[in-house]
Amino acid sequence: MHGHGWKWLLCTPALIVLLLAASGPLLIVAVYSFLSPGNMGGVVWEFSLEAWFRVFFRRDIFEPDLVEWNRAHLQVFWRSIWLSLQTTFICAVLGFPTAWFIATRPRHTRTIWLFLITIPFWTNLLIRTFAIQEMIRNNGTVNAVLMWSGLIDSPIQMMFTEFAVLLGMAYVFLPLMVLPLYAAMEKMDFSLVEAGYDLYASRLNVLWHVILPQVKPGFIAGSILVFIPAIGAYVTPRVLGGGRTMMLGNLIALQFGQGRNWPLGAALAMLMLVVVVGALIFYLRVVGRNDEARRG
Amino acid sequence: MKRLAGWASAALLGSTALANAEGMLNLYNWGNYTNPEILERFTAETGIQVTLTDFDSNDTALARIRQGGHGFDIVVPSDTYIQTWISEGLIQPLDREIVTNLGNIAPQWMDVPFDPGREYTVPWAWGTTGVIVDTSVYDGDINSIGLIIDPPAELQGRINVIPEMSDVMAMAIYYHGGERCTTDRDTLRAVRDTLMAAKPHWLALDYGAVDSYVAGDFAAGIYWNGASMRVRLQNDNFAYGYPETGYPIWMDNAAVLTDAPNRDNAMKFINFVLQPEIAALISNFARYSNGITGSEAFMDEEMRTAPEINVAAELAEAGRWGQACPQEVNDIHTQIWTELMQ
Repeated sequence: MHGHGWKWLLCTPALIVLLLAASGPLLIVAVYSFLSPGNMGGVVWEFSLEAWFRVFFRRDIFEPDLVEWNRAHLQVFWRSIWLSLQTTFICAVLGFPTAWFIATRPRHTRTIWLFLITIPFWTNLLIRTFAIQEMIRNNGTVNAVLMWSGLIDSPIQMMFTEFAVLLGMAYVFLPLMVLPLYAAMEKMDFSLVEAGYDLYASRLNVLWHVILPQVKPGFIAGSILVFIPAIGAYVTPRVLGGGRTMMLGNLIALQFGQGRNWPLGAALAMLMLVVVVGALIFYLRVVGRNDEARRG
Repeated sequence: MKRLAGWASAALLGSTALANAEGMLNLYNWGNYTNPEILERFTAETGIQVTLTDFDSNDTALARIRQGGHGFDIVVPSDTYIQTWISEGLIQPLDREIVTNLGNIAPQWMDVPFDPGREYTVPWAWGTTGVIVDTSVYDGDINSIGLIIDPPAELQGRINVIPEMSDVMAMAIYYHGGERCTTDRDTLRAVRDTLMAAKPHWLALDYGAVDSYVAGDFAAGIYWNGASMRVRLQNDNFAYGYPETGYPIWMDNAAVLTDAPNRDNAMKFINFVLQPEIAALISNFARYSNGITGSEAFMDEEMRTAPEINVAAELAEAGRWGQACPQEVNDIHTQIWTELMQ
């Protein structure tokens, strides 16, 4: 017991860093969202709810008395959320067999497979995104191979499509799904799988009732790791999607840049935070409740 | 906490002291814009060591300098931002004792609206925003913004537009006969409707597109003259057009910061780049004109003859200076832009 009172001090450096580097800037963003836009960027210290009003509503440009929902903002929000959901789903579907494959290799070769999964992290995201662009552009590798093989006559337009964005997002975030899934599978008790087969469970039944419940923590961790950064994705939609449609990240950047309306940008960023935290709580609740129901 | 603050300020003082060392100059300029040969020659001539830091937008540069403690001596903002830099006292008047080459500035760039008489700034480079067209795809008149905002069938779905709200809005407003920062509702409504109708025909809104044009991803677009020239040098099907209804002219200008740690060195550098031979180095590197009389003689042959660089006399009049619109107007532009990209 002696010296127990000192132990919490060990985490003070981490607390200070979190306080200064995470909460501090967040607080500034929150305060800015209640101020007025300055001339050519920045803020003026005058309290205003205008930014928050504009997040949700807009006055018609041509009839200022006409106030309506800001469909443009809502649409951008929804697009980002939908893209993140799709990305998470694709990563889960692709990540599960991959993680399974690795977890069922002999112990000494697993390290090599895991190592291969982490290789993309060695290269800057922007460079990897441009590499994908080289592959899928009209005179890129994929089209060249397809045309050479005679499968198509003219290049398929893949760049600047939703397909390109999803491909890029899935590629970028897949390792973040595979790693937690693998961690969960590695801890899995394979004798339960054998027991299931011994009791004449079908393959599907074993997967559904024996394997999935055990790797669920991996799915939860993986989904969170993929969904949250995917919502703020900026580079991939911009480069592969060609910037034709805005994502949340682009909308916020627009307000801080060419739009020169920092309070609106700050309000949008705060709303994004609320949405992410809300989605997280909802997700954990739903998944957690199922868990209890099953045990009960 | 006090001790922590002490360390922090000691560290800050240390870095400032470094930047203040004899014979230093800290240049804050756009990325991929400064010919390294200029810095080498300047150092060889004066013994002053130059460090170069990049920025990627006017807003970034302005926000960083406003924060203070930057340690930079020279900044190179665009014309539309100069009045803000001056009125906020961020840049200082040129020292005419040191900057003696002001007479080298071509007469038409001397009395510019954003800095009449060149009290604060000197030209670094200038250019135009126009349209680039693959003439093997479309062989009609290319001096029209209609190619982009009301595109002919052969260009539809193959257009790229730089995601510069102010340039795109300006060209669409000029197309409808309005002034840059017009508040006329009918004009703005027409602009919005035109852009909304054009958007489905655009393939992308992308900046870094030289290789995409060369590779044939795009057949037309709104683009800068220098970048268009780089495209043409790699694929001579492409030509650059100047919309007759009006197109933006822009100019980046070098200025000395008010709190420059090496003020005199900065003034010397400003004077240095006003020499025709040195200004030509800027152009040969960045592929933009520089506004210094006599620099053509030192430019690469391909620059001297380039139609992207030398505006034809009958189209020169359609060029218009940019303007930073008041916040209310800018808000309307942002709203239209957001609607366009939703």
